[in-house]
Amino acid sequence: MPDTDAALLFRLSALNTAYASAIDAGRLEDWPDFFVDDCLYKVTTAANHAEGLAAGIVYADSKGMLKDRIAALRKANIFERQSYRHLIGMPSILGRDSGGIRCETPFFVARIVRDGAMSLFATGRYLDLVRDEATYGLRFVERLAICDSQRIDTLLAIPL
Amino acid sequence: MPDTIPPTGSPHSWPAGIDRVPFWLYQDPDILRAEQRKIFEGPAWHYLCLEVEIENTGDYRTTQIGDMPIVVVRGENGAIHAFENRCAHRGALIAFENKGNAKDFTCAYHAWRYDLRGNLCSVAFQRGVGGKGGMPEDFRLSDHGPRKLRAESIGGLVFGTLDPAAPSLEDYLTPPIAAKIRRVFNRKLEVIGRFTQTLPNNWKLYAENIRDTYHASLLHLFFTTFRITRFNQAGGVTISEDGAHHASATIGRNEVSDDVYKQQGIRSDNDEFRLHDPSFLDAVAEFGDDIQLQNVALFPATMLQQLHNSIAVRQTVPRGTEEMDLNWTFLGFADDTPEMRRRRLRQGNLAGPAGFVSMEDGCIGGFVQRGVLAAPEEQGIVEMGGRDATSMATRATEASVRGFWKKYRAMMEL
Repeated sequence: MPDTDAALLFRLSALNTAYASAIDAGRLEDWPDFFVDDCLYKVTTAANHAEGLAAGIVYADSKGMLKDRIAALRKANIFERQSYRHLIGMPSILGRDSGGIRCETPFFVARIVRDGAMSLFATGRYLDLVRDEATYGLRFVERLAICDSQRIDTLLAIPL
Repeated sequence: MPDTIPPTGSPHSWPAGIDRVPFWLYQDPDILRAEQRKIFEGPAWHYLCLEVEIENTGDYRTTQIGDMPIVVVRGENGAIHAFENRCAHRGALIAFENKGNAKDFTCAYHAWRYDLRGNLCSVAFQRGVGGKGGMPEDFRLSDHGPRKLRAESIGGLVFGTLDPAAPSLEDYLTPPIAAKIRRVFNRKLEVIGRFTQTLPNNWKLYAENIRDTYHASLLHLFFTTFRITRFNQAGGVTISEDGAHHASATIGRNEVSDDVYKQQGIRSDNDEFRLHDPSFLDAVAEFGDDIQLQNVALFPATMLQQLHNSIAVRQTVPRGTEEMDLNWTFLGFADDTPEMRRRRLRQGNLAGPAGFVSMEDGCIGGFVQRGVLAAPEEQGIVEMGGRDATSMATRATEASVRGFWKKYRAMMEL
């Protein structure tokens, strides 16, 4: 029997909390496991989304690409040491069908850079398609991180 | 007052030549003001938008040339007009959206109205109200208006210049560079994404960075690790006669052994690094040659990227001496198959604010800006590959950076 909305909201919130915790605590290798293998993760902006422009600041349509994103951050990319603090709001469930649960969730992400500079790096909403499976629980089939501003300060290294 | 820079009494100096770059150039507000006047409003051409972004009569976009806000609009009969986005009355922005479609432009402040060419065509209450007020009898609409630009296109890219004496766009670009542009921008474009990246550095540090073929495989480890580019791949730089414009190319696959990197013990040689999903780098030769990467940098502030099948225009807008905007427009072509479009979306990961091979460029200019803070009279060294600015069949050179300074010194009369 499917969850009641209240039970589902609780589980989605727990999913988001775990997602944020993995990123904010620097356990980036855990991040891809929040997604199914055949996933879509995209960071874009509200203006691009509204206009139907498909490109992302990050565009990964396989779990392998998510792993490669983290491997690149660890082994290849050079940037000043930094961390995030996610504050993720309450999801609103937009719909449920055989494809999964569609929901939208607002986020704030603060970025703290090596020298202590702390800024509100991104605000926006996640537009998600979440699949519920007995073996894995809730995982993202799609997660679009839609930033409110079209402006990215300096660079985006760690995923939102 | 004579237009000399640095101003009389300035402590700054810059020895002759283009192989040394004094750091005050990245710091001095007088220099930034002079750049606005002599370069951004001078006899140079600046990217404004794409033709496909203003296809129908009245379609417009707003942009900037340095500090100067611009409206670029499709007029009657397909002509493209560009004018300063500044009302002749009190100076307010005439258009304050990114884009739109307009029959004419009416300033929100006092409703002064402009046609699609930027001509002032009416002034609210010009004759007053009830016989009282109004403009003086000798006020002529035609005496007033925002400054107008010349607009010309190449490959669907619209450029503008404020200087009536500037050469044509084609002559400004020079034939070898124009050919590099047409090589990629050879059919109808389609925008697939727009992003703005704010960089914590003077705009010239990015202008140098994009022309700096020396750093590519040293700072950007992702490239070298996956054999996307190596010094030992064929390629080189093409530089226009005056130094202004640059096109770099990386051709074909590895031709020489990778021992060069091993011998040097350079950080970027990392054989352990393998992709889980290398399919995102599957590229298709779509321009009828073996050039895998082409970066074109047009003086002063326009860059055109072909990284495999990832196509983008980058536009630099200074924001004070220590900050700049980098406006990215990612592109596909109107005739893309779904497979090709997906390829472009996936390869989009290479560049942009989170690009595997461009992320570092977001912070490296800031490292310089902070590094030189206390050293305005010290100088950067730009000597790799010699002391002049001519085309070379290698990318282990800073010739194109010197080219930038050659043109810069000429235009700035420095």
